[in-house]
Amino acid sequence: MKENGNILFSGVGGQGILLASEITVYSLLAAGYDAKKSEVHGMAQRGGSVTAQLRYGKKVYSPLIEPGCADIQVAFEMMEAVRYLPFLHKGSKVVVNTQRILPPSVATGKALYPENVLDRLTERGIVVVPVDAFELAREVGEVRTANVVMVGALSAFLPIDPAVCEEVIRTRVPERFREVNLKAFAAGRKVSQ
Amino acid sequence: MSGNEAIALGAYEAGVKVASGYPGTPSTEIMENLSAYEGVYTEWAPNEKVGLEVAIGASFAGARALATMKHVGVNVAADPLFTASYTGVCGGLVVVTADDPEMHSSQNEQDNRNYAFAAKLPMLEPSEPSEAKEMVKLAFELSEDLDTPVMLRITTRVSHVKGVVEKGEKLTSHAACGINKIPGKLVMLPAIARQRRVVVEARMQKCRELAETEIFNRIEKGDTKRGFITAGVSYLYVKEAFPEAAVLKLGMCWPLPEQKIREFAAMVDELFIVEELDPFLETHIKAMGIACRGKEYIPNQGELNTAIVREAIVPGSGPELFQPVELPNRPPNMCAGCPHRGIFYNLSRMKVFVSGDIGCYTLGFLPPLSAMDSCVCMGASVPIAHGMAKALGEGGHNKVVSVIGDSTFIHSGITGLINTVYNNSASTLIILDNRITAMTGQQHNPVSGYSIKGEAASSIDLEALCRAVGVKHVYKVNPHDVVETRKVLKEAVELTEPSVVIAEAPCVLLPEMKARKPVSYFTNQENCVGCMSCIRLGCPAISWTSFAEGEAEAGGYRSSQKGVSKIDEILCNDCGQCASLCKFNCITRGEGKK
Repeated sequence: MKENGNILFSGVGGQGILLASEITVYSLLAAGYDAKKSEVHGMAQRGGSVTAQLRYGKKVYSPLIEPGCADIQVAFEMMEAVRYLPFLHKGSKVVVNTQRILPPSVATGKALYPENVLDRLTERGIVVVPVDAFELAREVGEVRTANVVMVGALSAFLPIDPAVCEEVIRTRVPERFREVNLKAFAAGRKVSQ
Repeated sequence: MSGNEAIALGAYEAGVKVASGYPGTPSTEIMENLSAYEGVYTEWAPNEKVGLEVAIGASFAGARALATMKHVGVNVAADPLFTASYTGVCGGLVVVTADDPEMHSSQNEQDNRNYAFAAKLPMLEPSEPSEAKEMVKLAFELSEDLDTPVMLRITTRVSHVKGVVEKGEKLTSHAACGINKIPGKLVMLPAIARQRRVVVEARMQKCRELAETEIFNRIEKGDTKRGFITAGVSYLYVKEAFPEAAVLKLGMCWPLPEQKIREFAAMVDELFIVEELDPFLETHIKAMGIACRGKEYIPNQGELNTAIVREAIVPGSGPELFQPVELPNRPPNMCAGCPHRGIFYNLSRMKVFVSGDIGCYTLGFLPPLSAMDSCVCMGASVPIAHGMAKALGEGGHNKVVSVIGDSTFIHSGITGLINTVYNNSASTLIILDNRITAMTGQQHNPVSGYSIKGEAASSIDLEALCRAVGVKHVYKVNPHDVVETRKVLKEAVELTEPSVVIAEAPCVLLPEMKARKPVSYFTNQENCVGCMSCIRLGCPAISWTSFAEGEAEAGGYRSSQKGVSKIDEILCNDCGQCASLCKFNCITRGEGKK
């Protein structure tokens, strides 16, 4: 069992990153780890680039991941998988939702969305795990569960039993969305297994 | 749980009876969480000054009371804070200041430890959620023991960090709840204030003695080659960067434990002070005549982290990092369907100076709208526009407008409007009334019609309020109707007397708005002539596709057409602003594929 780890969540405000990181941190705690998660609220959440940082281990002091020390990144949008490159190291795993969300400069025709952006990662020896989270979420019947699909994909790389995550989803998600979120989790997990 | 949830739990366990605050990142969730506990009265106050005064009142009545605010909120509440330092308390009184180093969601990064020094108040500073909970309880005890308000300073990385927190025992106040007629303590006219001034000094002396005890400030023995004095979240970075080193961890950052600091300084070969923002500890420790190093190594701007601390003290010790690659920026943006967009779209075309304020609508500053020209602090938009109008005289006619949200208007915009009317300037105020305090995550306010617990409350009629202070020209518009709104704005700015335009439309994040039957607009792309009118709204649901060479003709468009726009039906929130702008009939409301 791995002693400790650093997980960086990145994406666009409104994609449900807080809930995804929440499920992950509660799962790690339930599995007996010490864990800390840091996030930013307020203005940053309005459609901008957002991150949440999660650290786990026997004892965690700092809530922030040091640059070069993120073992896993969960990116909820393709370009946002590359924005935090200085946090990654050779061999880091990046679980990435292959959805594109256009930033204002691209949407208004002032800039182009970078082509083959994930190559920036692979050419540096970073392991990319692509997940079509949006499509998988649509298949389970609720596009808004794309964030939980991503947790499912991440869970295969965590040193914990998926049943622990499922239990956390059961307790943290309102009852009427419980089943669909469990399905989303399973669909995501299947991708990275 | 998060630091803010932990503080709410700590306050509950401390037996707090009354709590008041104004939302502000990163403090907001303290009050939200506290409102769920039985037996605690909680409320959103219209501003931080009122919130603190409510808490002072509750304390005077012998109840334990809490006031919460973000760092800049303490500026608003500073007036009662400085004098509450003289009156002291009856029931314990704790004031939480949530600072925002790095300005994740703030207009400045002031270091509010300076308030403890200036107001002569004890200040506690936790490093993580579990400690935050214990410190709130300790703060209430200290407040009653020393007869003083106590400040608790947290930062973003305590408020919004989740960690493990254990539930604990409930405490009870040592004070009795009731009417306390003690004018010699509570009536701060000069003769009495002069007597209380002496009491303040005696109390701070007692507090300095308490600061020497282990419960507030502790020495962690270790390698004495380098010793660190640190507090708050910086302590965690020091522990991680230099796990072997000797550390003096200050839980009380004011007043300082001079003896303990001397003892620690004598123990170590080299003494470093690690703190975020100002050299607060460093300055006061140097004033004791103790040699130490701090800001010559540690940045005085922004947040710290383990890497910054390690690299500052042992340069070149970190791993080699990947360089960032250039990507299009992704700044925050107003939501699809946000009613503010229609106003800023119009303002961007009106050639006026827009005096802005603090809220989601501050995002009107960003391109493509680029329709905000100043933003200083809550409520400042209105007097700044008035001041500009007075300075510009005739030349400023129809050139200056101010923009403020409903919650911010009630916070401190109304006094500015009274001034505009009383001292008569022809400026136009636009109140963006979306019925909620949106930026901080949907908190109720005196306009929304609901209390913090979601129970029905009275709702201010903004039109009647503006008329009552003497504004003769008050208009109401639906900002989603961009064209009609433009007509009204033009009429208002031409007036030679103060005017107010109330733009009424609910925030799209309100639960009732989210629960609507989803209908979206869609693009009939064959009609699109590429005029970009809709694109200039900057709506996240509308995007532009440029044509490659020959693509225009192939698609049946004019050869000179540069591209077409498209609405993402999933992102669309059914506001219709784009449809009201499109002159070519290519945006239609229909059955979106949600």
